[in-house]
Amino acid sequence: MFRPRPDGAVATIPVEVEGRVVRVPAGASAAAAVLLAGLTSIRDTAIGGGERAPYCMMGICFECLAEIDGVPNRQSCMIAARPGMRINRQSGARPAPSGEIE
Amino acid sequence: MGVLRDAALSTFHARIETMRRFDTIVIGGGLVGTAIGYGLSRAGLKVALIDEGDVAFRASRGNFGLVWVQSKGLGAPHYQRWTRASSETWPALAAELEERTGVAIGHERNGGLQLCLGDEEFAKRRATMEQMRREAGNFGFEYRMIDHAELAAMLPGLGDAVTGGSWTPYDGHVNSLALFHALHRGFAGTGGTYLPNATVTEAQAAPGDFRIDLGGEAITAPKIVLAAGLGNAKLAPIFGLSAPVRPQRGQILVTERTDKAWPIPLGSIRQTPEGSILLGASEEEVGFDTGQKPEIMQGIARRAVMSFPWLAELQIVRAWAALRVMPPDGLPIYDESERCPGAFTANCHSGVTLAGAHANLFAPMVAAGALDPMMAPFSAKRFDVPAAA
Repeated sequence: MFRPRPDGAVATIPVEVEGRVVRVPAGASAAAAVLLAGLTSIRDTAIGGGERAPYCMMGICFECLAEIDGVPNRQSCMIAARPGMRINRQSGARPAPSGEIE
Repeated sequence: MGVLRDAALSTFHARIETMRRFDTIVIGGGLVGTAIGYGLSRAGLKVALIDEGDVAFRASRGNFGLVWVQSKGLGAPHYQRWTRASSETWPALAAELEERTGVAIGHERNGGLQLCLGDEEFAKRRATMEQMRREAGNFGFEYRMIDHAELAAMLPGLGDAVTGGSWTPYDGHVNSLALFHALHRGFAGTGGTYLPNATVTEAQAAPGDFRIDLGGEAITAPKIVLAAGLGNAKLAPIFGLSAPVRPQRGQILVTERTDKAWPIPLGSIRQTPEGSILLGASEEEVGFDTGQKPEIMQGIARRAVMSFPWLAELQIVRAWAALRVMPPDGLPIYDESERCPGAFTANCHSGVTLAGAHANLFAPMVAAGALDPMMAPFSAKRFDVPAAA
């Protein structure tokens, strides 16, 4: 669905999107990696379970929430891709951490 | 002479024709004004609801969403009883609003817990609750002080800093924005006239005869209710009333959504049915400044994390400040004008909790033309008593 601009920077940073390695240019966001990976959604909403993908790309709409390096509900459009970053699907609300933390 | 008089008369008649007449004018389109306006309109009165617009301070858009009883009215049994009455009529209001408007307001009344950090807070809370029970007389006041061990079994991840908490069955919570929306829809649906972006430029008051100029339009009614929040301070004297309210700032933090963490609201910590966790309960005297202050936000977050250490992992996604409408002694002011009968005022910092009372108890009094004698202790006359030397 999305392609990098032909005149853009070379994709050099490898990240893992849902287990698949994608290369993005330096400075690209995690959300850009999601789009370049060809995914049509990266989360299911907390109430209705609807699928959502990155949308505004500027930190406003909160549609691009993803689990990044094990931390749930990150705004992927506001986070720069780093080599080896793991970006995974955010399914619904995050669990309420309970008893295990002292 | 005759020509002049006719001209003056025809101008006078033209003015009367452009004036809309209502049974009651409610000044203030916030939670207090819409709850009263809805109650009046539902009773069949022709009501105009005047809403200033976004230049107003809009306490109704910044509140926390508790329908909270357990800490209201210490040393003021009439306020305890009023709050309780509101909480008791809340389920009926919620069901009725949802049925009339189709807006789900998410009201729950399964009780509430106030957490105490440290032995001193817990002991003080116990004394407070016991005094509330004493002051309730034979109306009764059911409460329990719950210790850490029992609380920890109810509330996963409870922090060691929590000594215990107080519980009553009367507390609850609601989606206060949905409530606000439903009250507006209910008001319009029962035939009420909503006048937005309307600032009162002039007001004339005589017994049973009120005229409000809204810059271009004038409306009249034999009754008027001042429910303009912080705006009441200036409006009230025009109608022979007094409403010495001041702004008190409160700040709120909201976390990302999680699974359901707790069965009931916890005072300054509550989780919405959608999963967001709201943290709040600060009090600052900073005039009309609606800004936020990092120290206060840190204090709110620190107390929340002491209560539940796992909250530290959650991201804060929104935060805001809003101004409470605070009478000098913290208790609501309800009054009717002696100089201009037909003029009423309602002032409080609990527009959510008291929405039930405003729609189902206060509005019928206004419709009947006089406040119930039980409202006498809420009169602003209480501030006229000179301090003892």
